[in-house]
Amino acid sequence: MTDPNTTLAHVDIADLAAHDKTYLDANELVINMGPQHPATHGVLRVILRLDGEKVLGLECVIGYLHRGVEKIGEHRTYTMFNPYVDRMDYVAAVSNGLGYCETVEKLLNVEAPPRAQHVRVILTELNRIASHQLWLGTHALDIGAITPLFYTFRDREEILKIYEKYCGARLTTHAFRIGGLQYETYTGFEKEVKNFLNFFRPKIDEYEELLTTNRIWVERTKNVGAISAEDCIALGVTGPVLRASGVKWDLRKAQPYANYKNFDFDIPIGENGDTYDRYLVRMAEMRQSVRIIEQAVDALPEGPIMAKVPKVMKPPAGEVYHSIEAPKGELGYFIVSDGSTQPYRVRVRPPSFVNLQALDLMCRGELVADVIAVIGTLDIVLGEVDR
Amino acid sequence: MHAIIDYISSYLTSEKTPGAAGNMFWVLVYIMLVFAGLSVAVIAMNWLERKILAHMQVRLGPMRVGPHGLLQPIADAIKLLLKEDIMPAEADGFVFWMAPLLVVLSAFTVFVVVPFGPTHAITDMNIGILFMLGVSSLSVLGIVMAGWASNSHYPLMGALRSSAQMVSYEIAMGLAVVSVILVTSLHGAGLYGVGGAGAGDGTLSMIGIVRAQQEQGVWFIFKFFPLGLIAFFIFAVSMVAETNRAPFDLAEAESELTAGFHTEYSGFRWSLFFLAEYSAMIAVSSIAVTLWLGGWLRPFPNLLNGDTWDQAFSFIPGITFLFFAAICFYNAVRMPKHPLFRVQTIGLFGFGVVLGLIGLILFIPAVSIRVQDIFWFAAKVSGFMYVYIWFRGTFPRYRFDQLMQLGWKVLLPMGLGVLILTAIFGLWPSIQQLIQRLI
Repeated sequence: MTDPNTTLAHVDIADLAAHDKTYLDANELVINMGPQHPATHGVLRVILRLDGEKVLGLECVIGYLHRGVEKIGEHRTYTMFNPYVDRMDYVAAVSNGLGYCETVEKLLNVEAPPRAQHVRVILTELNRIASHQLWLGTHALDIGAITPLFYTFRDREEILKIYEKYCGARLTTHAFRIGGLQYETYTGFEKEVKNFLNFFRPKIDEYEELLTTNRIWVERTKNVGAISAEDCIALGVTGPVLRASGVKWDLRKAQPYANYKNFDFDIPIGENGDTYDRYLVRMAEMRQSVRIIEQAVDALPEGPIMAKVPKVMKPPAGEVYHSIEAPKGELGYFIVSDGSTQPYRVRVRPPSFVNLQALDLMCRGELVADVIAVIGTLDIVLGEVDR
Repeated sequence: MHAIIDYISSYLTSEKTPGAAGNMFWVLVYIMLVFAGLSVAVIAMNWLERKILAHMQVRLGPMRVGPHGLLQPIADAIKLLLKEDIMPAEADGFVFWMAPLLVVLSAFTVFVVVPFGPTHAITDMNIGILFMLGVSSLSVLGIVMAGWASNSHYPLMGALRSSAQMVSYEIAMGLAVVSVILVTSLHGAGLYGVGGAGAGDGTLSMIGIVRAQQEQGVWFIFKFFPLGLIAFFIFAVSMVAETNRAPFDLAEAESELTAGFHTEYSGFRWSLFFLAEYSAMIAVSSIAVTLWLGGWLRPFPNLLNGDTWDQAFSFIPGITFLFFAAICFYNAVRMPKHPLFRVQTIGLFGFGVVLGLIGLILFIPAVSIRVQDIFWFAAKVSGFMYVYIWFRGTFPRYRFDQLMQLGWKVLLPMGLGVLILTAIFGLWPSIQQLIQRLI
């Protein structure tokens, strides 16, 4: 039975107004952006509270792409779960695979042989370039520059071709195995990677020519969505967003994994933590990736590609946390083993999910158009946010 | 019967536009011609925009419907006509219905005064330019109506943005236009006009403005160099903003407002907005061409004068069409030799034949004399259309506050400055006399 007093006809408008302060408040407009919106990079839903064009606050609603990857992990063996992680950040599938493989290796206490490590670095850095290219294209598209998207996709194609030749897949590659690599590199792999680097170096300049000094681009990105280093650390923001705020924190240097310590590269950092700095940092990171790949290809050692790993993996009971520097930030895996063939618990720390927290802080007081720019600059992938 | 034929043929000897001559038959004919020409131009523009943008972006653009996608606009039009016409349940029906009509009406009505040639205009009003600016700014009403009647947040924001934008940029646009109208009052004055015949009567008539450029022997873009150029620049920026095109396409910024004021429109209603947008682009480009680029006048009328040059320039329309025909033939030969491509090859060849025939007809002196004005006008306008597409392929989108800043803080003061300096330059002989008298 419903109480007749609670039906709308009996409620005084004054009561409603007292209950909800925004009622009859003409200054505020609530807009629902997404989950089907061209610029939210997938199925992100953002509820915007606006005063005219000014953003008073926003709330992210996520979960539209939730596939229960972590739960699936509890019902698969360690090897079987490997392809699933590629589906989280599908733009940087190789990085996801590297993080998972290294975590399980840490749990098993094995180490991949040097040749495997080198190939892993090459493929992951190529993936970083591919991920940044996709970010650049879509970010520019959101801000209204439609042409860079096609240029970046054209060049990203070359990376995908290398992946396809190496392991047969272009996007969700499943390139690595626990303990090393399944496949030996194909004939001419080094040459093709080098060709790509020579092809790609001038292309970065081409992208920069289109945007870096473009007046409208600079106006649209400078001082937009600025975030301080303290806020970044407080919110757990990592990756290029953190580095653009001036914090020199890159897991490749801070806690070297794979064999990044053997390579010589710089960590580009920004100053103001605004969208323009994040743009510059990512552009510089692409150049650094080219440097790393070059060194790795030159020093590619001969040798086995697989460490001695049991066919049926039964890691000793215990827990392990391992994180790598994915293109979007710190990608961590926390695995609890109970000594059986399946993990007891798999927990992923996705960079996109954590970085997305900063959206509200970065957008407050900005305009609607800036929300789009900030979503683009955070470089989120909803597959990874929702898992 | 005889009277009717007399009535029709009496215009043929006239040196005026049909509207000015008061001949209703020819007015109707011209209205039909302008409407048909405009529709063809919009269709062509649709295809060209896709193709040019595609080639800027390392892709091919439409390739499937017809040879090189030539029939794509027609396929699109059919699709739009057959689509379900959706009106949101919460929409204000009448206003929702009126809005696209109003926008299309204002976009097409502007062409009443556009001078495609000395006699090739529907009519010649003595307030021509005012009429054009006035009517074209009516379209903002339609946009606001569309945004409001949709009863939805995104269209409302799009409508608010575009109304603010169009109203602000009209001021800068108006100032640039006024400086041209000032210049029309200097008769026989040449590039700088100093020591010229001095100030006389100015004109607001579109045909009068082109005649003034002919008489002064200079396109107004070069008048009082660089003042004319700056005024033209102000107008060129404002006109992109006025038509809501990139980089000022905030009203329909698809990454922010999904589609802006026409988010809730679909099918034929949407295509009316599309039609209006492109004809508005052509309209403002025609204003720019008339005011600064000498309207229908051919290039270098003074430098390369004489009968020989006139003769040579009269061949150019025909040569252009033959060139297009040659491109068609070349591409028809390059088509893959596969049975599946046979229809397309024949189609492209046929298209080339049609263009070639038009080109050959344009070589007939009687035709070319009457048509070359229209050709030069169209060529200049299509230059602007290319720049529109070029902008779209190159620039990111401005933000709303930056757009307003550009309009009010940059273009408006610039426009005022140009206006004052133009006035000073124009009155220079008189000012000189005044100074001498004072000294």
